[in-house]
Amino acid sequence: MTDREAVIGLECHVELSTRTKMFCGCSNAFGAAPNANTCPVCLGHPGTLPVPNEQAIVSITTIGLALDSEIAPRSEFARKNYFYPDMPKNFQISQYDLPTCVGGHLDIDVDGDTRRIGITRVHMEEDTGKTTHAGTTGRISEAEYALIDYNRAGVPLVECVSEPDMRTAGEAGAYLRTLRSTLESLGVSDVRMEEGSLRCDANVSVRERGVDAFGTKVEIKNMNSVRSLERAIRFEIDRQNTLLDAGQSIVQETRHWNEDEGTTHSMRSKEEAFDYRYFPEPDIPPLRPDRAWIEQVRTSLPELPAARRARYERELALNEEPARLLASSRELGAFFEEAVQLGAAPIAAANWLTQDLAGTLNKAGVTLADAKITPQHIADVVQLVDEGTVSSAGAKQIVEAAVATGDRAQDIVVRMGLTQVSDEGALGGVIDEVITENAEAADRFRGGNEGTLGFLVGQVMKKTGGSANPKLAGDLLRSRLSS
Amino acid sequence: MPVEIDIEHVARLARVALAEGEKTQLTAQLGQILEHAARVGEVAVADVEPTASAIPRVNVLRPDEPEPSLPVEEALFNAPEREGDRFKVPRIAEIE
Amino acid sequence: MTELCDRTASDLAPLLAGGEISAVQIAESCLARVDAVEERVRAFLTVTPDVARERAAALDEYRAIGAEQTPLAGIPLAVKDVFATQGIRTTAASKILDNYVPPFDATAWSRASGDGAVLMGKTNCDEFAMGSSNENSAFGPVHNPWNLDTVPGGSSGGSAAAVAAGEAIWALGSDTGGSVRQPAALCGVVGLKPTYGLISRYGLIAFASSLDTVGMFTRSVRDAGVLLGSLAGRDPRDATSLDAPRRDYTTSIEEGVAGLRVGVVADAFGEGVQPAVAGRVRAAVDTLERLGASIGEVSLPHAAYALSAYYLIAPSEASSNLARYDGVRYGFRAPGSTDSVEMMTATRGQGFGPEVKRRVMLGTYALSAGYYEAYYGQAQKVRTLVIRDYDEAFANYDLLVSPTSPTTAFRLGEKVDDPFAMYLNDVFTIPANLAGVPALSLPCGLDDEGLPVGVQLTAKVLDEPTLLRAGHALENALGFDPTSPVAREAVS
Ligand SMILES: [Mg+2]
Ligand SMILES: [Zn+2]
Repeated sequence: MTDREAVIGLECHVELSTRTKMFCGCSNAFGAAPNANTCPVCLGHPGTLPVPNEQAIVSITTIGLALDSEIAPRSEFARKNYFYPDMPKNFQISQYDLPTCVGGHLDIDVDGDTRRIGITRVHMEEDTGKTTHAGTTGRISEAEYALIDYNRAGVPLVECVSEPDMRTAGEAGAYLRTLRSTLESLGVSDVRMEEGSLRCDANVSVRERGVDAFGTKVEIKNMNSVRSLERAIRFEIDRQNTLLDAGQSIVQETRHWNEDEGTTHSMRSKEEAFDYRYFPEPDIPPLRPDRAWIEQVRTSLPELPAARRARYERELALNEEPARLLASSRELGAFFEEAVQLGAAPIAAANWLTQDLAGTLNKAGVTLADAKITPQHIADVVQLVDEGTVSSAGAKQIVEAAVATGDRAQDIVVRMGLTQVSDEGALGGVIDEVITENAEAADRFRGGNEGTLGFLVGQVMKKTGGSANPKLAGDLLRSRLSS
Repeated sequence: MPVEIDIEHVARLARVALAEGEKTQLTAQLGQILEHAARVGEVAVADVEPTASAIPRVNVLRPDEPEPSLPVEEALFNAPEREGDRFKVPRIAEIE
Repeated sequence: MTELCDRTASDLAPLLAGGEISAVQIAESCLARVDAVEERVRAFLTVTPDVARERAAALDEYRAIGAEQTPLAGIPLAVKDVFATQGIRTTAASKILDNYVPPFDATAWSRASGDGAVLMGKTNCDEFAMGSSNENSAFGPVHNPWNLDTVPGGSSGGSAAAVAAGEAIWALGSDTGGSVRQPAALCGVVGLKPTYGLISRYGLIAFASSLDTVGMFTRSVRDAGVLLGSLAGRDPRDATSLDAPRRDYTTSIEEGVAGLRVGVVADAFGEGVQPAVAGRVRAAVDTLERLGASIGEVSLPHAAYALSAYYLIAPSEASSNLARYDGVRYGFRAPGSTDSVEMMTATRGQGFGPEVKRRVMLGTYALSAGYYEAYYGQAQKVRTLVIRDYDEAFANYDLLVSPTSPTTAFRLGEKVDDPFAMYLNDVFTIPANLAGVPALSLPCGLDDEGLPVGVQLTAKVLDEPTLLRAGHALENALGFDPTSPVAREAVS
């Protein structure tokens, strides 16, 4: 069997979260009733003309600067001509040979190493409407008709094309995650893959290791999460390797990822080879941003995840992993920084946010934005534990309750009886019981096996439903067993 | 020399159904027009910049301010066919 | 006594202001003329008598209570059926838009309407403004009011004929390669194609975006200036519209031509130009000289290639602009298809006429892989050369003069089977579209058969004032009577 490596490049489409569409004043809000956000321009009525949205141009420039692209001194729109019922003009206004952002890179972390992935270009275009295939069986291929909602037609879309610099599905996943957190930090998009505001296609080929020439590439589409991107790429690499091992060749084509089946299959268009007949969009004058304007956009760039993570490590002494996690989301980072601002010790707050809170949110199935917990809760929890008022088990219960109710931490402590038992008298009886019931372990400790103490403390915690102060329990056990 | 064009291919790209007679006629007419039009190659030399617009403008943008959309009934008023508030078209065969 | 419907807007405005006549009287005069001649002329696709009467009556009421009115108020206007008119069927003379009712107004129409224009109806034209004889309308040809057996020119033939026949006082048209100037010449009226971008294209059904210009037909040069003043100026809905302020274009119209440097386009009098046309235009040049202009000869060396460039650029842009007519959102849909590709293909096959198909096919081919550079790319370079020619010419001259069209009106059916011969009609008008410069056609006499001849004046970008001032002086000196035989008969 030949030793091969995969070559992967990603094309990501990002819907910008502007107030209005790219070329008309219709609302860009997600989830409106069918065709409620349409006008003569975005329905492609005769005689209508596109006028580009200034904020979208600011946003793509922001993205370009964040990716270290060159902001082209002259860029222009072009028409990409092809027929599809969800595209009102039967051409897409896009950019072709003169995109707004040229070159650039994105640094990703793979197993602790930093890899630099090249960016080929970032360009501006418009989204299409939404087609629903309808019929008796529910299969697209057997649909009898289709219904079209043009609400998304004309929504500003940024396409970011990477160099074929990735070699594994994991790298591709890391790239997409990093791109997503970068875009989220910039505040230019909702980057919700499940709503389609971030979409990603992958170009995958394999070649013999050590060979420079690329293999035949296959484009795979329809992955709607980082996980499905990774799965689809793995599947595709395996498929290509299997074909090559069997002496067959790879067909250059577009393949559709089926999430349920976990396979890709060929999308064959009835039309012959695409010929988009690009030409400069005559209705839109070119963009020629001047230096001063670009610098102004640069100064208003927010802090990017990489810089934020470095700051957390440097200034707040966080470890790499929590720093990366907190920095990857603008929302989580801001939450964390506010908790610290309110007096929480950074390392403790980071642990609460990245471990317990993340788990709790996951279990409850809510996002941080939807949960009722506030940075004040985290600050309070850190303080309550630090003072010894509640045990860490009790603190977890506070976090869970705060997520659901948003009640003050102190009130939750009282209501749920979470005050830690720090009273020697109250604990004494339990300690005696534990020693009696675990005589063997007690003997081992007496015999010099220090490690047994942890087990015994655990038994005390169990008996008290977690309300004992573990440090005190340890001290008491030690003194009883040594006397 | 009249230019020879693959009329079927162009008609497919343009999504225009043509009768056989139209195909023959168009092949001849377009060939003649293109022969004349190809004269642009005689004078357009390498150091001449192409002009896309006679009166150049740059950076013409619109503030990101919402304007009212059409009432849904008006958006669909001209629809050849609709179902509910969506435009209805025959099946779109794409994936086989 | 001239009927109200045969007069100019500039004549009528003071009569209206002085209360001597009413807007309703003018509208009724035009409507009576429509009744008398429309069956023979066929200038309109949709006549809007109710809209006209209601509007005119409302304007009379406003005037009665002392409201100030613009020079457009109460004057009947015909609008080429390529401008979107909210709630009024708009077809571009195509079967594919047979039943289309726009939910919005074109900016040009909405500005005229805002200034009190009275809509007479939507005029016939070549389908999607593609043609030079109006014979490409899906709804039948227009007949020239100077001779009903001849064409009115095109593509804005209906607008030109409506003004020539007294069915409207003035009219809107569109000019992509001569579609205002050439029919103006053939119908003996004034036709103005302003600088590209001076009037918004929003709501003008696109033919070739980089060439399309809103223009107008009037019975006097002054009227063209008045109408331009209402329509011109920046429109936020058209990114190519110029930052020109709305202004009065008639302020300098009386200043005459003394001292103006006029360049006669030397190559525009040669082969293919009818002797009568050459003769009348030369006489107009002599008149300008007599009025004090200094005359010289000028050459536009790349004008010979302009036609070739135009027949690549315009169809290429059109092939893309017309892609939206697919039977999905509005307009005609071919019945009976069970698949969308088939439905769109059939819709376009049945919905478009022969000339539109020809140009869509031509443009699709010219843009397709492997041909773009040789055709579209090269054509855009020729465009650069044509612009340079004008730059050099305007370094020495204030105005250029040529015939508007090589011939006077030709017989209906004469050129329909020879698209290439038809395209040659626009050989003198196309260069101005490629360069974006303003140009004016005004009648300068009749040929031996009594058909009007048009002279074309061209000025540099945004120099409409000079164009109008020279046109006005020439018009006064020539004393051409724009009343067509059809209009004359209707009166007697
Ligand atoms: Mg794209
Ligand atoms: Zn819209």
